Order: sequence, then C-alpha cells, then structure tokens
Amino acid sequence: MADMITKEDIRKPENLVYKKTDLMTDKVLSYCPGCGHGTAHRLVMEVIEEMDIQEKTIGIAPVGCSVLAYEFMDIDMQQAAHGRAPALATAIKRLMPEKFVFTYQGDGDLAAIGTAETIHACNRGENIVIIFINNGIYGMTGGQMAPTTLPGMKSSTSPYGRDVQMMGNPLKITELVAQLPGTIYVTRQAVHTPAHVRRTKKAIRKAFENQKLNKGLSFIEIVSNCNSGWKMTPVQSNEWMVENMFPFYPLGDIKVND
Amino acid sequence: MKELRLMKGNEAFAEAAIRAGADGYFGYPITPQSEVMEYLMAEKPYERTGMVVLQAESEVAAINMVYGGAACGKRVLTSSSSPGISLKQEGITYMAGAELPCVILNVVRGGPGLGTIQPAQSDYFQSTKGGGHGDYRLLVLAPSSVQEMADFARLGFDLAFKYRNPVLILSDGAIGQMMEKVELEEQKPRLTEEEIRKNTPWATIGKTKDRERNIITSLDLDSARQERHNHKLQAKYRQMEEEEVRYELINCDDAEYIIVAYGTSARISQKAVDLLRAKGLKVGLLRPITLFPFPTKILQELSKKVKGILTVEMSAGQMVEDVRLAVGNQLKVEHFGRYGGIIPSPTEVVEAMETKIIGG
Repeated sequence: MADMITKEDIRKPENLVYKKTDLMTDKVLSYCPGCGHGTAHRLVMEVIEEMDIQEKTIGIAPVGCSVLAYEFMDIDMQQAAHGRAPALATAIKRLMPEKFVFTYQGDGDLAAIGTAETIHACNRGENIVIIFINNGIYGMTGGQMAPTTLPGMKSSTSPYGRDVQMMGNPLKITELVAQLPGTIYVTRQAVHTPAHVRRTKKAIRKAFENQKLNKGLSFIEIVSNCNSGWKMTPVQSNEWMVENMFPFYPLGDIKVND
Repeated sequence: MKELRLMKGNEAFAEAAIRAGADGYFGYPITPQSEVMEYLMAEKPYERTGMVVLQAESEVAAINMVYGGAACGKRVLTSSSSPGISLKQEGITYMAGAELPCVILNVVRGGPGLGTIQPAQSDYFQSTKGGGHGDYRLLVLAPSSVQEMADFARLGFDLAFKYRNPVLILSDGAIGQMMEKVELEEQKPRLTEEEIRKNTPWATIGKTKDRERNIITSLDLDSARQERHNHKLQAKYRQMEEEEVRYELINCDDAEYIIVAYGTSARISQKAVDLLRAKGLKVGLLRPITLFPFPTKILQELSKKVKGILTVEMSAGQMVEDVRLAVGNQLKVEHFGRYGGIIPSPTEVVEAMETKIIGG
C-alpha cells in the first residue's frame, strides 16, 4: 500500500510534531512522577534553545529537590549553598554583563533561608531571571513545612495542619518583590495543563528577553504540586493545587514594566 | 615601574588587589577593615581596570558572590573581620568543596562574639583547622607589615589558582590600621575571556560546542566518589605542605632560645629579641608566614639546637598547639599571650621569655 505511513516516514524531520529540546540531557529526571519540576526545566531550556543563547547562559541550581538541575540542563551551571543562588547570579552577571544568568529555586530556598539574598538581588535590580517553584513544602527533606505552606495545610512538621498562631503565616514573597523598584517583571504561573504550560513558557521567554534588553530583574513564580509531599496521587495533587493553592497564590502577572 | 606610597594596611591590600588584576570585590562593612571597600569605592577600579566593586547585603551574600565569580574563573576577593568571617564560613567550605580559588582577608579583632574592635589573633584555629564543616584547609598567609598586606594580595591569587583553593590572609587590626611605606607593583592586566577559557577550562562562562558543559558543585551523593574527591583534596593539602611553607628566621643562627610569632606579635617579638640580646641572651625569632601549611620542619630542626621555645600570640594560646605538635615533649614550649584586644609590649615578651623559658 503506497500511502501507508511507515515508522521511517514518521521519523522524518518534516513530519516532526514534537521534539525534546537538545538542552535537556538524556539523564533520567530525579523528580517524582507527576511533579511539575520536569516541565519547568524543559520550558527554561526550550526558551534558551529558541533564543540561541546556550553558549552564553549560566544557570544556578539551588538546594532542594532541584539541587541536581545541573544533571538535566545541558548548559554551564553552578550549584549554590541553600538560598544563596541570587548572590551567585549577582556576581556572575556583574562580572560578565554580556552573559545570560538565571537561578532556579524552590520555596524553602528562595523564601526562607534565602530571603535576604532574594530581596536584595531584586531590590538592586540585578539583570537576571529568577525561576521560583512554589509547591508549599520542603520536598527533598521529606515534606516539612515551608514558608509557603498554606494555613491548615499538613506537613511532617505541621502534622495537625499549619497553625498560623503558633507557626506564623505563609509568605507571599512574589507580591513582596513586586513592590521593589528593581523588579521589572513579576508573574505567577503554573504548569499543570497544556494551556498553563504555554503561558508559563511565554513568561519565561519574556523574562529572558528582558535580560537581553538590560531591563532589570524578572521574577517568575511557578505554583506547582508535590504529590509525594502532599501524600496524594499526581491527579489529586493537581486538583488540590487548583482548589487550595491558586486562591491563596492567584495566577497572573503581578508587575509588568514594559 | 614600582611606586612607593605611605598607606594603611587595609588600603595597601585594596590597591594591590586592583593591581593584581582582580575582577571583583564583594564585601560588607565591619571594623577594623572597612577601609578596604571604602578605598575601592573611592578609587573607582571599574574605571581603571573594569574591576567590579559591590557592597553586599551581608557577609553571607558577599562570600557567595565570591563563589559565583570564582566559578567563572574570575579573580575575586572579599574582606572582613572576625565576626564577619564566621558568617562567611558557609561559603568558604562550599568553595573548598567545589575547588574554587579566591582571596579572603581577615583583619582580626578580639572575640568571642562581637568581642571588641581592637586587634587580636584569636582566629588562628578557625583559619588553619578548617573553620566551616567538612575536611578542608585554606592556604593561610600571615602578613606582618603593610608591605606584606600588598604583596599577599597578588601572591594570594597566584596560590589560589595554582591549587584551586581559597587563600586566607590572616591579618589583624594593627596591621590593617597602621600606616607604613609600601612599594606597589605595576598594574597587571585583567584576564580576557579567551585567557580564562584557556587557563581555567573548568570555568562556567558558557558552554561552547567544542566541550561538555561545566558544572561547579560541592555535592556528590555517591559516597565512594565523595571519598575519592576528599582524597584529591587531601593530596592537594599535602602538596601545599611540600611546596608552600614560608617563614622568616631572625637571629636564629646562634640562638639558644626561640620565639615563634606571626603578624603583629612577630613585630613586637622582634623588638623583644633585640632587648634580650642586649642583655646577652641568645634569642632568635621564627616568624611563620604561612600558618597552613605550618613551618613544621624548620621548627623540628631548630628544636634540636635550642633549649626552649616561647610562642607569642594575641590569643589564649592557639598556634602553640601546632608548635608543640611539631617539636613533641622533648623541649620546653610555653605560650605568652595578651588578648581581648590587648597588644603585648616588648618588655612583657622579654619578661615572659625570662620567667617562663630561660629561668623557668
């Protein structure tokens, strides 16, 4: 049958409908199945590939679930002490203003132990991109309460739910950094549906374009799930995220200075 | 051409760092070393050489900026004084683990805690035995003059890059604050990106198509590999012990007694040696210039010829432990120290030598 499509035909470049970016290595991701980190990694790498800036991009991995981000991203990378990624990025960008520099950090890293580094890098208006994954929990260490854990939310160190009288309030650091004159673009996105993935990629692209134009600091929060830490299936965790995380951490642009 | 100037130790260090081709300084104010950043900000090295100078939000941020810059193969430095150096220990151990070169100046003040702003030498343990967590060493240089504050800025970078290891310059509030004449080296050009790619192929300055990506990290979750990495670090420290020991001997040829002292204590002890010699007592001075690696071998040689050793430190007795380790129990080794910000006088040192060693 002449018009039968063979495997070889499918693999022809002209028939390609999707391809993993070359900037993601073939290393198997260390993330739990269902976690948003893998998608977020891919989007950052796709943007770098599409802008053709891999030869002048330096990424900073945090401490937390994404501590091994350098295993998956095929660019030059540094691994920072817990919370210090914005300090590393500050120096790299100032020493080499022609490079592209981004940090990739979780909520414990960015909004607890690294609060000072985050706020001051934002306030100085360092010309970098900060990618902030907020899943409301310390995933790598086994599900402890994070600065972003919701009131009433259970974790291994708030086993009866976060009591704000006793444990304090969750920190909306993204709204906080949006107040600072040094930030140019502050947005909150998610990656649990194809539509959200597209919007997040657009935001990441905008952030790197801002850096190209020396506009200042772009800050992208990605609200994500942690099915392991939340003790749910991946599907349940995404539903829980939509019902509980999004009302507290509403999606959308918070600050856009064009 | 070299240039002769009258400067404070802190200023001489800052000027020498610019001239050593430094790419960046990241610091935070603390007495008695704030002149380093004040001098740099006033001098505008970003106009002279393109060197970056940035006042960080904390000591912690400053040392992590140094980490970021060093990981790019840049010649970067920071300075602080004791309480600030304690805060930097996190970044220092990460740099030792990730094998990153940098120069760190500690203009020591008295402690513990906030202590005092007056000079001290009570950070010897922290400097030479690790300071942060894990098995690591810093190469430690101890200047005893404004000239050495300048010289060690340049030497510090050379050694840091030779070993891919942080170099600590252990000064004190007296050396940092006092003014002396200093001969400054000519300006060394900063390295170009091409030179950095060639000299430090590990630097994270952008993955080009002709090489694999570079990763700077101190993490390796595989214990067997982590142990191998530690073996490599230890081998480096042993190499430092073989190749980098530096010291000065003053009046030691015919000495029957030896003072061991570094930094400000060595300056005071040199005067004490003169006073003791005027009394007809054959006393010499061994001044360690590197505190790690420690001048163990020369101490062992001297210990065969002398009757006793006095260490003089502005501490309750820290370096004295290394002296005792070197010479063992065969020889009398005593410590004399003033601390908490007090600087001993030469006559106090003379008295200590006479009572604790010669007559003791």
